[in-house]
Amino acid sequence: MALDSKIPSGPMATKWTRHKQDSKLINPKNKRKYTVLVVGSGLAGSSAAATLAELGYQVKCFCFQDSARRAHSIAAQGGINAAKNYQNDGDSVHRLFYDTVKGGDFRAREANVHRLAEVSVNIIDQCVAQGVPFAREYGGILANRSFGGAQVSRTFYARGQTGQQLLLGAYSALNKEIQRGSVQMHSRTELLDVVVVDGHAKGIITRNLVTGKIEAHAGDAVLLCTGGYGNVFYLSTNAMGCNVTATWRAHRKGAHFANPCYTQIHPTCIPVSGDYQSKLTLMSESLRNDGRVWVPKRAEDIGKPAHQIREEDRDYFLERKYPSFGNLAPRDISSRAAKEACDEGRGVGPGGRGVYLDFAEAITQFGRKTIAERYGNLFDMYQRITGESAYEQPMRIYPAVHYTMGGLWVDYNLMSNLPGLHVLGEANFSDHGANRLGASALMQGLADGYFVIPTTIAPYLVTQQPGAVTTSHPEFAKAIEDCNGRIRRFLGNKGKRTVDSFHRELGLLVWDKCGMARDADGLQEALRRIPELREEFHSQVLVPGSGEAANQELEKAGRVADFMEFAELLCRDALAREESCGGHFRTEHQYPDGEAKRDDENFCHVAAWEYTGDLAKPQLHREALHFEEVHLAVRSYK
Amino acid sequence: MSLLNLHLKVWRQHRGQPGHFQDIEAREIPDHASFLEMMDIVNERLITSGQDPVAFDHDCREGICGMCSMQINGVPHGPERATTTCQLHMRHFREGDTIWIEPFRAKAFPVVKDLMVDRGAFDRIQQAGGFITVRTGSAPDANAIPIGKEVADAAMDAAACIGCGACVAACKNASAMLFVSAKAGQLNSLPQGQPEKDRRTLAMVRQMDKEGFGHCTNHYECEAACPKEISVRWITKLNRDYAAAGLREAFVGRQEAAEGGD
Amino acid sequence: MSSVVESLSCFVRSSIGKKILVAATGLVLVLFVLGHMIGNLLAFAGPDAINAYGHLLQTSLHGGGVWIARLGLLAAVVVHVVATISLTRQSRAARPDAYGRQKAQVSGRAARTMIWSGLTLLCFIVFHLMHFTVRNIENFGGPDYEVVLDGEKMHNVYKMVVVGFSHVGVSAFYILSMVLLYGHLSHGVSSLFQTLGLATYRSERIFKAIGHAYALLILVGNCSIPLAVLAGVLK
Repeated sequence: MALDSKIPSGPMATKWTRHKQDSKLINPKNKRKYTVLVVGSGLAGSSAAATLAELGYQVKCFCFQDSARRAHSIAAQGGINAAKNYQNDGDSVHRLFYDTVKGGDFRAREANVHRLAEVSVNIIDQCVAQGVPFAREYGGILANRSFGGAQVSRTFYARGQTGQQLLLGAYSALNKEIQRGSVQMHSRTELLDVVVVDGHAKGIITRNLVTGKIEAHAGDAVLLCTGGYGNVFYLSTNAMGCNVTATWRAHRKGAHFANPCYTQIHPTCIPVSGDYQSKLTLMSESLRNDGRVWVPKRAEDIGKPAHQIREEDRDYFLERKYPSFGNLAPRDISSRAAKEACDEGRGVGPGGRGVYLDFAEAITQFGRKTIAERYGNLFDMYQRITGESAYEQPMRIYPAVHYTMGGLWVDYNLMSNLPGLHVLGEANFSDHGANRLGASALMQGLADGYFVIPTTIAPYLVTQQPGAVTTSHPEFAKAIEDCNGRIRRFLGNKGKRTVDSFHRELGLLVWDKCGMARDADGLQEALRRIPELREEFHSQVLVPGSGEAANQELEKAGRVADFMEFAELLCRDALAREESCGGHFRTEHQYPDGEAKRDDENFCHVAAWEYTGDLAKPQLHREALHFEEVHLAVRSYK
Repeated sequence: MSLLNLHLKVWRQHRGQPGHFQDIEAREIPDHASFLEMMDIVNERLITSGQDPVAFDHDCREGICGMCSMQINGVPHGPERATTTCQLHMRHFREGDTIWIEPFRAKAFPVVKDLMVDRGAFDRIQQAGGFITVRTGSAPDANAIPIGKEVADAAMDAAACIGCGACVAACKNASAMLFVSAKAGQLNSLPQGQPEKDRRTLAMVRQMDKEGFGHCTNHYECEAACPKEISVRWITKLNRDYAAAGLREAFVGRQEAAEGGD
Repeated sequence: MSSVVESLSCFVRSSIGKKILVAATGLVLVLFVLGHMIGNLLAFAGPDAINAYGHLLQTSLHGGGVWIARLGLLAAVVVHVVATISLTRQSRAARPDAYGRQKAQVSGRAARTMIWSGLTLLCFIVFHLMHFTVRNIENFGGPDYEVVLDGEKMHNVYKMVVVGFSHVGVSAFYILSMVLLYGHLSHGVSSLFQTLGLATYRSERIFKAIGHAYALLILVGNCSIPLAVLAGVLK
């Protein structure tokens, strides 16, 4: 089956406007007859659910957390990009578009990115109107900061918790619609499967995490806004509950999974401190505005306290390697540079897996008070976790898995190849190419939910008879029986090992072989070991309790089972992509100076994988990427 | 890094049934671990020894989602100021300590299992009025209404609330006033929030009462327990806004309100 | 009209509305306590001063003034007590299962025991009224307690106070009640600024200090009278 991206024709700058004009509309009276199922309540899910409900659709929204407000978008710290050019520093829609395409190492779809840049300005307007308390200047206008991969200040922020504030804005919009009766909210409800009827996604199967009840929900369209798969690595900055289940289940039902090997490793996280560790904590990229990254130059300084190392013996490696972007080099590049420094044996802290992020100079220049105002909450968080004060000594940081650019394949309308199944936010693959720039995830989630899907869902819905499929369709009963069978198998298994112990083992393996740097041998080894581990998991896992009540181990077992399958596809995609680009770094493909070597001739495409029923033999489909506006070039930040 | 041996007294309860404390020995806990990682270790051992693991809410583990709860030694989120349970580290405990671990207790927060409670009441309060009615696409330019830095900063102080419910748990009356006041206060102090201010204030307070929370007796335990250090001055503001809204509702008609610009 | 009543009754039935009633009636009682104390301290200025003051109260507005004040105070007390009891019941219901361990981090004992100090004070007020106003505990009436000043016959308040407080038990109960009142006021006075929405980031400490100072003033002032009687300073 050929992948049709449905990119509108015409010049880049007018594609979206024309597409909106040409899109079919549904009259308000008829909108009420359509039911849309929105899975996930993060930025994409909440904003989509609220906006679709405002338009008149009947919406059911689902989240596994106890409240829609707790989705992991909430943890984004730094900010959200928008081409407002309030700073008069030369920003424009085109520049944001260009920066994003370049930042994504020329592996994103141009038309999607341009649309994202266009609607970015509306997002800020919308959020301010909702009461999102963005930082402001004394004169009352909005403040901006700069972020990695850009030479303009276009990032809007709300102290160190922009994600929470934007999510609370979207959640308030959702609340408004819940109160109006147009959204039915199901919290503590987890998706177990997607139901496909006659080739269209027409419903979902869920489990109520309080009562254990398995339920079927039918709708005229399904929206997956379920985030990324970073937890396949076990240790990541994702929340403990983040999982691949929704997108993986959809994949098994026919949706193509695109570019899973594009995983983002964030350069500024708190290093791992022990094997009991359950997650990694991100320190906002905004810290790199004032912090300087360094490691000792000389072997004899390793292990000494930072203040005993003389200025001339410090290697400010980002400033040295990338003079024009310095400490604000993009994430993939900064992460790899840190890894190289540690691989050379110059890492700091326990285990030598860390580099310094030093604020001494900024504190001297601006005063401790100013630095506390800018980053106080981050410094406090650092101190709580490590017991060290970043005012007194440099922070220790190390890269950690943070975001996944890959996801379900979608066309320009955000619909996957499985008709009716739409995928928004981090769960899709569309806008960030091989690497995401800082402050762009929030932008994408809200763009998809507030401004894109409300327009692009109509062309699909008009082709559907509203309410034609109900839960009495035999496919629902079949899907429910599948889910029950899975649960029975877990609970009936008389294994010896906990779910977490398997998850940890899988994560270590994937991090080791398919983490910051990958090579064919390692990937092939992973592809050998993952199926073995999966088999052991299914025979040895121990899941206590019953299915008829809250059972967190059972929840985790289902998620880890899907990670076990997904991990194989991740490694397979990484093996197939014989080039280095963005977050995907193949050690075989690099320039002599260690920079990533792209292969535009052979890999300038989206790799969309189809599930064939055999995990070892997925079918690869390629969507060629055409660049009309941006010329393919070596991505240099020097 | 050193290892700690601790005695835990953990509340165990199934939904709708009476609960009890269970004594659990937590041996050799790394002091660098977080409190929840300590619970992970304990659960891992419970599971492999054939027992039911302790259910507790948690998600982001970086102090922002508000999912983690737990009353630890009589204080919500434990002894550290301005710290959620997930950010509390074992280095704050000593060898041989007895640690009481209970759910947040309130009629409005029924126990789901063990240490998990249902905080849906908070959602319903916000559904009652915790929003500004603005349709997507209808917003003016973000800089059209200048908002002084002081006002924006104050609104941000209130907006920092993560909805964890520690304020309710700490309050002797299980009052939700700090939460409601922060939520209403954020919107009530911004220019965008003015048109719906009275309606919002009345609706949120009425829903709060309906959910069965207690009242505020000005002890300020909530402020001391709040991981985001929300100030009780937001409660003062809610009292003020509610009194004004209630009196306006009783005495001021539509026309007079229009004259007053409210 | 009916919508006004409806809205107001809805207002006073809400938790914050009730709290505002408690604070407003509390303010009335706080001010009364001060006036009452100043009047009583006239005892130190001699029998004539306090007797004349008592007579003035009894005869203002042809004897109507005292009844207006009494009814007003009675209403304030009734509303104060009924609203607090109702709030307390709601709060008890708000936490049906107690904690195994609960640690107060910042609140004082006085704040946590307002309902008990308040109910004890209510008992005291009933006793105090029976004792000195209705006078059916001891006979403070009749010719023994009449005095003539500037040609007018009036009640000998001074003698009543001296005789009343010369019982050690009565004085002890009085002083105990005043200690409870101290606690009640030290939380209540600063608290009412909070409930009425008047406290601010900057003024909050001042209000707290005012609360403590005010409570102390009332404690010292009121206790000085029975102590002076027992010490033989007033006789």
